[in-house]
Amino acid sequence: MTTTEPRIIPMGLALNEAMDIAMGLDEKVFLLGEDIAEPSGGVYKITKGLSTKYGTHRVRKTPISEAAIIGAAVGAAIAGYKPVAEIMIMDFIAVCLDQITNHAAKIRYMSGGQTTVPMVIRTSAGAGRQFGAQHSEMLEAWAVHTPGLKVVVPSNPADAKGLLISSIFDPDPVLFVEPMLMYWDPQYACDVPVGDNRIPLGKANIVREGKDVTVISYGKQVHDAVKAADILAGEGVSVEVIDLRTLVPLDEATVLASVSKTKRAVVVHEAVTRCGFGAELSSRIHEELFGTLAAPVARVGGQNTPVPYAKNLETAFVPQVADIVAAIKSLNK
Amino acid sequence: MATTNRPDSPDRETLVQMYEIQNKIKTTDERFRSMLTSGQIQLIYYSPRGQECISAGYAVHLRPDDYVVTIYRGLHDHLAKGVPMRELWAEFLGRSTGTCKGKGGPMHITHPDSGLVVTTGIVGSGIPIANGFGLAAQLAGTDQVTVVNFGDGASNIGAFHEGMNMAAVWKLPVVFVCQNNLYGEHTPMSMSTGVEYISERGAAYGMPAVTVNGNDPVAMWHAAGEAIARARAGEGPTLIEARTYRFYGHLMGDAMEYMPKEERKAAMAADPVPAFRAWLLENGHATEAQLAEIEDKIVAMVDDAVEFAMNSPEPSLDELYTDVYEEIIK
Repeated sequence: MTTTEPRIIPMGLALNEAMDIAMGLDEKVFLLGEDIAEPSGGVYKITKGLSTKYGTHRVRKTPISEAAIIGAAVGAAIAGYKPVAEIMIMDFIAVCLDQITNHAAKIRYMSGGQTTVPMVIRTSAGAGRQFGAQHSEMLEAWAVHTPGLKVVVPSNPADAKGLLISSIFDPDPVLFVEPMLMYWDPQYACDVPVGDNRIPLGKANIVREGKDVTVISYGKQVHDAVKAADILAGEGVSVEVIDLRTLVPLDEATVLASVSKTKRAVVVHEAVTRCGFGAELSSRIHEELFGTLAAPVARVGGQNTPVPYAKNLETAFVPQVADIVAAIKSLNK
Repeated sequence: MATTNRPDSPDRETLVQMYEIQNKIKTTDERFRSMLTSGQIQLIYYSPRGQECISAGYAVHLRPDDYVVTIYRGLHDHLAKGVPMRELWAEFLGRSTGTCKGKGGPMHITHPDSGLVVTTGIVGSGIPIANGFGLAAQLAGTDQVTVVNFGDGASNIGAFHEGMNMAAVWKLPVVFVCQNNLYGEHTPMSMSTGVEYISERGAAYGMPAVTVNGNDPVAMWHAAGEAIARARAGEGPTLIEARTYRFYGHLMGDAMEYMPKEERKAAMAADPVPAFRAWLLENGHATEAQLAEIEDKIVAMVDDAVEFAMNSPEPSLDELYTDVYEEIIK
């Protein structure tokens, strides 16, 4: 069963494979969302071909009604199905937040465990394509702040596939945040194993080992962290890069073990810095390791503004490799 | 007078069963209010008094595996669908023996064995979720029906529009029961709603819709029966607007200064539960002894449930952390 030839595919195709595998394994898995059936197969083509293979009853094109989409997923999940709902762009989560936070997240608790909501909300997110303030945000912190939700942000095609299959078969509601820029860009393609290769939720990945500084990130910024590590390696600074993969559950053990070793940490994400996930993670590191740190934990994140349209402003909003390099250097002063 | 006499009325057994459900709701409500007023218990309480006939009218058509979704004013729906009295009382009182181990409370009563699958505290939000139950039944090819209850106020929130449209487009086996008690919280319908009848909104979705006197058990039974049969046959959803009146305001302790005194007085004088009782006797559908026996049995059931709940322990503190996820995640 081992494949020796690498199979380099983009994240969009890896996600499609994950849903194809899950639907093939379990008749209770179905997809719903705007435009997801043929002929379009979704505005980003992530569900291409699946309605032809599994039928439009299992790959359901919906009205533009985000609350109805998530509500239908919640009800069907309680009734024993495993819905995968697509919310086209993460900013649209605002339209159905009641169904997500008051219902999907709380129903297991409110019912004392009698009813559960095993569903996935897939959504594309992130700036970089000049979609402006309402089509570019990373809002994962909203979900992390809501007990009952799990939150996944993959950084590469292989992880995206393995984490999505795990999420679909997870007993709890999962918000699955897909970095939009990575869908079809060949620079982010990687070797993706054939078949059902699940990656468990709650296991961070040490992307690169180092001894001087730990950079903790997730999603697209993992690649920027690695680039920063490459630059600093030339200057004699050894950077460890951790890809969290999932924010809830959080692999705190891996983070704390790494920072215990390096004594320095930088948290990097694209989302607005203020009250972003980095604030929580920085706080946790300080709480656990304050006395042993060589420097305060640094945060690199988006500016505390809406995402602007003009190319130069958008670029200024998003944290860049140079910002990560500067933050790492600031810890070594 | 409130009850329609029709040749195709339900049989005697069904009529008596409807009365039994109505009386169970009325008796339970009266006990809650008296215990709250006397200070024996403390909780946020939304009385369903006045709306009993609606729940009884649809519930007698349902099977245990049919689904009911309701809202914070849901005690009548809970009891009609068969949520056990002891567990219901214990949940209202926040006890470990409650339907939800005391973790949900009155606004979130859940009892899947009875088919009472969701109670939400968010106006209108049960509507899209009910579609999910309908979709599950449709995908599985069962003939299960979902009845979702909400108030007139909910017909003005976005979830109603999105949910009604999706149900119509997908021909879901869902019956939408708008229990129109003429008030949304503290505001009369005339000041919040652009149509005279909520059922007019059905046309906007291409959905059959009907307005019925929700205080007329026989009329309600017919309307619900037709809608449930249509859903069960795979012919899609129906909107039922059941017009009624809320005797005790939005929630217990409400001064009700926004409800004209004469209007409320008239509604309470026409209390549908005793009216139906009198109708049953006048028309020879039941005997005084038979109804008295039912009423005594229900009083005993409520006594037993109150004692059970009052003597049940609160949840243990470790329950704070369970049921957030399948496994505890700190």
